[in-house]
Amino acid sequence: MRYLFRPPATDGAGLLTLPWHVPLEEWDPELLLEVPQRGISRHVVRFVAQDGHVYALKEIAETLARHEYALLGEFEEEGLPSVSVLGICVDRPHGQDAILVTRYLEYSMSYRYLFSRPHGEQSAEQLLDTLVVLLVRLHLAGVFWGDCSLSNTLFRLDAGTFAAYLVDAETAERHPRLSDGQRRYDVDLARERVGAELLDLQFGGLLPSGVDPIEVADSLPPRYEALWEEVNREEVFSPDEQRYRMTDRLQRLNDLGFDVGEVELVTSPEGARLRVETRVAEPGENRRELFRLTGLEVQERQARRLLNDLRAFRVQLEQKSGRPVPETVAGYRWLEEAYQPVVDAIPPDLVGRLAPAEVFHEVLEHRWFLSEKAGRDVGTTAAARAYFDTVLPRTPKEVTTPSAIVGPSR
Amino acid sequence: MASIEMRNIVKKYGDGFPAVNDVSLDIADGEFMILVGPSGCGKSTLLRMIVGLEDITSGDMIIGGKRVNDLAPRDRNLSMVFQNYALYPHMTVYENIAFPLRLSKTPDDEVRRRVTEASDVLELKEHLERKPANLSGGQRQRVAMGRAIVRQAEAFLFDEPLSNLDAKLRGQMRTEISRLQRRLGITTVYVTHDQTEAMTLGDRVCVLRKGLIQQVASPRELYEQPVNLFVAGFIGSPPMNFLPATVEGDRLQTPFGPIVLDERRAAAVRGRELLLVGIRPEYFEDASLVDDAKRPLGSLFRARVDVTEWLGDSQYAYIPYEAPEAITNQLRELSRELDSEELRTQAIVSIDATSRIREGREAEFWLDSRKVHVFDPHSGDNLTRDAEAGARLTQMATEDRVEQVQDAQASGQTVGGAHRAGAA
Repeated sequence: MRYLFRPPATDGAGLLTLPWHVPLEEWDPELLLEVPQRGISRHVVRFVAQDGHVYALKEIAETLARHEYALLGEFEEEGLPSVSVLGICVDRPHGQDAILVTRYLEYSMSYRYLFSRPHGEQSAEQLLDTLVVLLVRLHLAGVFWGDCSLSNTLFRLDAGTFAAYLVDAETAERHPRLSDGQRRYDVDLARERVGAELLDLQFGGLLPSGVDPIEVADSLPPRYEALWEEVNREEVFSPDEQRYRMTDRLQRLNDLGFDVGEVELVTSPEGARLRVETRVAEPGENRRELFRLTGLEVQERQARRLLNDLRAFRVQLEQKSGRPVPETVAGYRWLEEAYQPVVDAIPPDLVGRLAPAEVFHEVLEHRWFLSEKAGRDVGTTAAARAYFDTVLPRTPKEVTTPSAIVGPSR
Repeated sequence: MASIEMRNIVKKYGDGFPAVNDVSLDIADGEFMILVGPSGCGKSTLLRMIVGLEDITSGDMIIGGKRVNDLAPRDRNLSMVFQNYALYPHMTVYENIAFPLRLSKTPDDEVRRRVTEASDVLELKEHLERKPANLSGGQRQRVAMGRAIVRQAEAFLFDEPLSNLDAKLRGQMRTEISRLQRRLGITTVYVTHDQTEAMTLGDRVCVLRKGLIQQVASPRELYEQPVNLFVAGFIGSPPMNFLPATVEGDRLQTPFGPIVLDERRAAAVRGRELLLVGIRPEYFEDASLVDDAKRPLGSLFRARVDVTEWLGDSQYAYIPYEAPEAITNQLRELSRELDSEELRTQAIVSIDATSRIREGREAEFWLDSRKVHVFDPHSGDNLTRDAEAGARLTQMATEDRVEQVQDAQASGQTVGGAHRAGAA
């Protein structure tokens, strides 16, 4: 047998002792982790935990495994939203298929859970828009998915909104750029798959009565086209509205979750022609800034929220001490005095329901809500306590991220 | 259901390299066409141009009499079968087949009619009310096929559908696809790199090399009358043996002794110098086991056997031979192009399973000289190809197909017969 691991793979070293020579289906349940709320798969998929990390193992033909391993590695390097691949095991005895190992996407949720939640706060439209953003992002990067579906997507909360991640790249292809035919084919396929997946939920009695599978599926192509157009169109306008129109366009792209790589403005007597090159990677400015100041790794919108709180905290520090506080000092003290106490106070039985940064975001929301009601600032500590008592317990137990079940990773 | 015509199709990528170069191919209504060749031959690119995934650089793609170059994939109404199919656990087998129609809001009675018809042909009738979890691997694939059938697509397209299945399921699915294609009589284009799949499935096989069509013919014609060294070496397993040969009158001098050519073939090679003679493994036999009546139709030679391989029902002997360096290089180049193990300068010879020929010993062999072909080592052309005989073989295959489709239609096994009759 041969193992191919992508560094840093030290966290996966413990996996080597697993019984790779045995078909996945026959693995001792003791070794495996039950992960609820998964999508539909054509292959045998199992989950294992090792040193506090959770991994997904998928048995597939070697050529497919190698292909997917290479592609997922590329996606990760380029910052495309996808699961992170750890490695593959090939040359297993008796001509068995290869096994692809990916890192479990912590705090992720499947569509099955999101759509079938009794009091879903997020609408089907919102999830679909998230999926469409992912598809446009992949298409911009020259990735033909070939299997875009809700089952092959995981959703993560990012400061109250959703972010979508590609989970399955088995059929994906990389091209320098996609033809219109490839994009349309991908969209047609996505429409059909989403429709079928929602119909399936409906047959299982799991879909809220207000959601019409066909209507939702049919709305995917126009949503995709609108976003593709928004991201790619060239605009022509008169020189006097140049500045306003450009700012407007860039702001809209940012709001949609895209970064702008390069702006090309060609002026002629008729007007200015604006071409914007949209970056495919997830925007990361806030994420990088927060990491620099605090060492926290969170998602982009969460980072923006946390940074705002950090800045407010710094202003408070400066007012109290009457002198400037360096941002690194503020970052350190915010982590120690504001963020960590909230995270540490999460009741043990509720740990893992939401990512710590998401909890902090929700506590801030709750603080705003309580303060509005009380007519004064209730403070973070009181808000956190109230939130843990009344809001967090309403998050269903089945969304608990698997690594929290097996124990803390650090 | 429709014919597919390609006129001078070219596909060039950014670097200007033609991945598909001036391909013209007519696929008849109801025909099973295989696109085959080693990796990089352009077969998948061609299929993708039919589907609409790749832009066509120049030429015309005509489906059912309509030029589709600028049509979006869904407007071509073709069905890629098996690609990333998924089965939905809460839906019955019936609904798993029906959902494409549900999504297009087809009326219930029409859905029922089409699903019932498809499930008859697919022999899934007994399972319609069950959940897919209870189906076998083969049945699952048939559900995927059912979805394609109820859509009433103009043609089915397969892109190496069996390459990721295990050997057993692969064999099973091959039979199933072939049987269904006959019963449905639907135009089918099937891409594979596997010559065995090509030979067993297709009415006709289109062999591609570096973006160019080499030969389009029935499997029998490809096997018996290949146009060149490439096709001859690609089709057949174990592969055709190529020996160096020089011409002396009406005979070829080879490492396995002289081979006498008939009038037609002798005339075709007259005046040539170094040539390659192509001999399929089964044209050989252990000389001691050849009928007296057959013996004069071939020649005898003695050679030392390197290895024998006894497989129960058949047996192979490996006989090394000497070849000039130019020929060795030529053969090495060919085998590299065919993605095969190196064609070493040793012949693979089929002998009767009862033969007592032993490894390491010298033995006497008989060689049937009636069917050998002679190739020009430089151009690769088959100098002794009998085009008329080849055309007859392909004509026979076409007649068989027409007859089988008519039989299926007469016994009412086809799906959407009324729809098709209306379209025809």
